[in-house]
Amino acid sequence: MTTATLIDSWTGPLVDSWTMTRRGLAHWARQPVQVVVQLVFPVMTLVMFAYVLGGGMTVPGGGDYKDFLVPGTFALTMVFGLEGTVLAITQDLNKGVIDRFRSMPMARSAVLVGRSVLDMLQSTLGLLVLIGVGLAMGWRWHGGPGDTLLAVGLLLWLRFAMLWLGIFLGMAAGRPEMVQAVQILVWPVGFVSNVFSSPETMPGWLGALAVWNPMSATATEIRELFGSPGGGGGSWAADHPGLLAACWPLVLIAVFLPLAVRRYTRLSR
Amino acid sequence: MADSDPAIVVEGLRKSYRDKQALTGLDLTVPQGTVHAVLGPNGAGKTTCVRILATLLRHDGGRAEVAGYDVLRDPDQVRYRIGLLGQHAAVDEELSGRQNLEMFGRLYRLGGRRAAARADELLERFGLADTGTKAVGRYSGGMRRRLDLAASLIMRPRILFLDEPTTGLDPRGRTEVWNAVRSLVDGGTTVLLTTQYLEEADQLADRVCVIDGGRAVADGTADELKARLGGDRIEVVLRDAGQLSAAASVVGMAARGGEVETDPDRRRLGARVTDRITALTETVRALAAAGIEAEDIVLRRPTLDEVFLHLTGERAETAEEETPV
Repeated sequence: MTTATLIDSWTGPLVDSWTMTRRGLAHWARQPVQVVVQLVFPVMTLVMFAYVLGGGMTVPGGGDYKDFLVPGTFALTMVFGLEGTVLAITQDLNKGVIDRFRSMPMARSAVLVGRSVLDMLQSTLGLLVLIGVGLAMGWRWHGGPGDTLLAVGLLLWLRFAMLWLGIFLGMAAGRPEMVQAVQILVWPVGFVSNVFSSPETMPGWLGALAVWNPMSATATEIRELFGSPGGGGGSWAADHPGLLAACWPLVLIAVFLPLAVRRYTRLSR
Repeated sequence: MADSDPAIVVEGLRKSYRDKQALTGLDLTVPQGTVHAVLGPNGAGKTTCVRILATLLRHDGGRAEVAGYDVLRDPDQVRYRIGLLGQHAAVDEELSGRQNLEMFGRLYRLGGRRAAARADELLERFGLADTGTKAVGRYSGGMRRRLDLAASLIMRPRILFLDEPTTGLDPRGRTEVWNAVRSLVDGGTTVLLTTQYLEEADQLADRVCVIDGGRAVADGTADELKARLGGDRIEVVLRDAGQLSAAASVVGMAARGGEVETDPDRRRLGARVTDRITALTETVRALAAAGIEAEDIVLRRPTLDEVFLHLTGERAETAEEETPV
């Protein structure tokens, strides 16, 4: 039977995922303003913190605040990408078109894979823009090309973890109205970290939370890889940022990817 | 699947949601190439039934086969052979009609070129060829429904599910959808149609399954269902209300002992008849012989409305009796 062969062949899911990715790109082409706004938001955060608040900030271990802030903002942008994923998934699943996808003999994974590719693409683009703005502000990477690429890889690895957390949260939230709650909750996660200031300046318990924040591990590790100031601090977590920057996302993915996929396949119950 | 095999077989289908039972043992058989209407009030289980058959929802019990494949065991085989037109347009509102059809064509693995050619064909056929790059979100309700139907037909499905296809459409949009369905049926497609509109079932369907409370309460052609109400009625309007009782005995004879209802205020009497033509000719002859002057004599079939009220109303009453107080 030709139809069965087509369904079972391994190229099927790839073809379908690419079709779903193209669908997302077509949405971008129709909503260019929205795409630009999403790219500009992290740039705004960076510029505001650097020039509005930066004057009053000190860098742990000394150094220029901008050099400390820029890599931190990279990590922050990866985590804030979560909001976009949550919103997109809830919007998608509430649209009538999802019924057609599910009543067609296409790969079940394609809707989620298409979303992943698209969000990773968007975040990569956002990261490149932010690196460009950082360079324009005078920030430089001082590590070798290998270290620099590794840093970018760790950032995208964090984003990939946020992607599956986001897909899961989006499905758990169910309706676009619930997305607001997620959006508000992302803020303390973003700020209770070492992105803007050293956890040592925070009250003890909050500082501990900030040190163990997955985003802090990534921020610390990439600061080292870029040769930017910051880092150190004396706690176990602060001393092993590389290990944590690799493992935290892995743990999140190991938990939320299966949960998200299970939730998606259970939509039919 | 042999030509004589039914396109859809449903046996004892059950489905409960958290707080309510949607299907309580539905039976339904749809022969190939026919239009079967599932008729029922809101909440009767129509949409649940269609969603299970279209592999969107899993049932709890019973059996459902579409095109010879079990919907739980071989969902992809079912998906290759069906088209679904749901209550809400299942198209991407942010894309144009052509982008939608090409995307679905690709997902059916037609490949880019064939998907584009098929999109052109369908846009032309459904009068959407001149919509250009306009996003579907800006289409009228009828246009969107036509695009939705076009998307359902990309693979020329042998079985088409239409879930309340004309709800919310104006009369023109409704006629458009009806015409499209008729031309499909001429091409041999099997159609399962849910509707709350009796007229729609009467217009389109070969057979009608009336469901209420999650199960079938009647199944047959519209004529058969109407006949269940006791066949046709003969109704006579007299010139002179004084002749009502004399006329009642004449009509009673012609109706072969059927109960005659009289309405003195409107000088009207009526009775159910089994053999319509005999009843009519005998009534006309006997009234003339008795010197009773009639203003109007009609034979009337019961409407599907009456059948529906009779069937679903009756069940509701039984249910009430069974409920302990």
